[in-house]
Amino acid sequence: MATEAAGGSGFAIHPMDQFIVRPLFGDGPIQWYTVTNVTLWLALAVVCVVLVMVFGTSRRAIIPSRSQSVAEMIYGFVHNMVEEVTGHEGVKYFPYVMTVFLFILFANLLGLIPMSFTTTSSLAVTITLALLVFFGITILGLVRKGPAFLAMFWVTSAPLALRPILAVIEVISYFVRPVSHSIRLAGNLMAGHAVIKVFAGFASMAILSPIAVGAVTAIYGLELLVAVVQAYVFTILTCVYLKDAVGDAHH
Amino acid sequence: MATVVDDVADAAAGHAAPAGGMPQLDVTNWPNQIFWLLVALVAIYLVLTRVALPRIGAVLAERRGTITNDLLAAEELKQKALDAEKAYNAALAKAREDAAKIVAEAKASIQADLDVATAKADAEIAARSAESERRIAEIRDNALASVTEVAKDTTGALVSALGGQADQAAVEAAVAERMKG
Repeated sequence: MATEAAGGSGFAIHPMDQFIVRPLFGDGPIQWYTVTNVTLWLALAVVCVVLVMVFGTSRRAIIPSRSQSVAEMIYGFVHNMVEEVTGHEGVKYFPYVMTVFLFILFANLLGLIPMSFTTTSSLAVTITLALLVFFGITILGLVRKGPAFLAMFWVTSAPLALRPILAVIEVISYFVRPVSHSIRLAGNLMAGHAVIKVFAGFASMAILSPIAVGAVTAIYGLELLVAVVQAYVFTILTCVYLKDAVGDAHH
Repeated sequence: MATVVDDVADAAAGHAAPAGGMPQLDVTNWPNQIFWLLVALVAIYLVLTRVALPRIGAVLAERRGTITNDLLAAEELKQKALDAEKAYNAALAKAREDAAKIVAEAKASIQADLDVATAKADAEIAARSAESERRIAEIRDNALASVTEVAKDTTGALVSALGGQADQAAVEAAVAERMKG
């Protein structure tokens, strides 16, 4: 869309226009309840999750069909991850981890459809996701372990003189977690999509177009990998943080 | 088209984002995004916890149960096969034992028959050879007596022919003396 608009004025590429939030109906100001393109693509992600996890498994077969196998593989994959990383106690929180994983996975993949809005490239979305994990785990840890949860910052395996310094570092790293957690996801997706857009813009120049189209194809493949890997990374980090709250806190 | 896009972009960027900046940093529409994100997450969470996860968990558990049952059944059948093999082997060993016993009995009875027959044959042989020896001895005695008789007669005749008076007793003594030597 951006390149179309720029058609008249030479090489004006607007790689960031794809991230603009617009109302779907009319163009008034965006209230908190306004139905926007974000709403549309979030809803499509929910629809995809329902299609795969509910309609795919509707036959409940002992010998699974293909769609049921996919759902079972995702289930087994995330379940194993939660159990291995957080231990037996963490399995209780498996549905939430599964929600996060499926949402990010389908939001990332839907974002790869041309002209779509990539909800997970929006900082508002990823910061909310990361803060939900951060506050959820902090509150969970304090409720489950009480003050013992704070012992996580007091590294008893280090020499006594170093412990206060380490405690400061640990506290800082704990509060930096949601920042890195959210910016990693949004940054990865935003950068990839912006690069695709830039190369697509170059394709308007006849000489460069074969290279540009080839590069877009290659980067698209890479982005497909990034989409899945970032969903995995976000989820496994959630599990690692969850382990602090429910597992034995030894570093 | 271009003007519409520009208008919309202006409208969106009108609050904060400077031209060419990151639309993500326009915080005026964050409440909107956060609200709809929470709606989406709650929807996914409810769908998963109410329908999808229990269903998949049940299917997986059922499958595991089926596999376990099948394995148990297989184990049982294997045990049965082993028992049958054991019984077969036992029967085979018993049959071998019986056969060996029968063979030994047969051998023993044959041996006994053989012994009886041998003893009988030996006795007959002994009897016959004793009889033969007796007859040989008889024949030899007769021959000896005949020779003695002939010698006496011949000696008597010789003595008479030479003009001597044959003394019966002296002739017999002389013949007996010679026969010994």
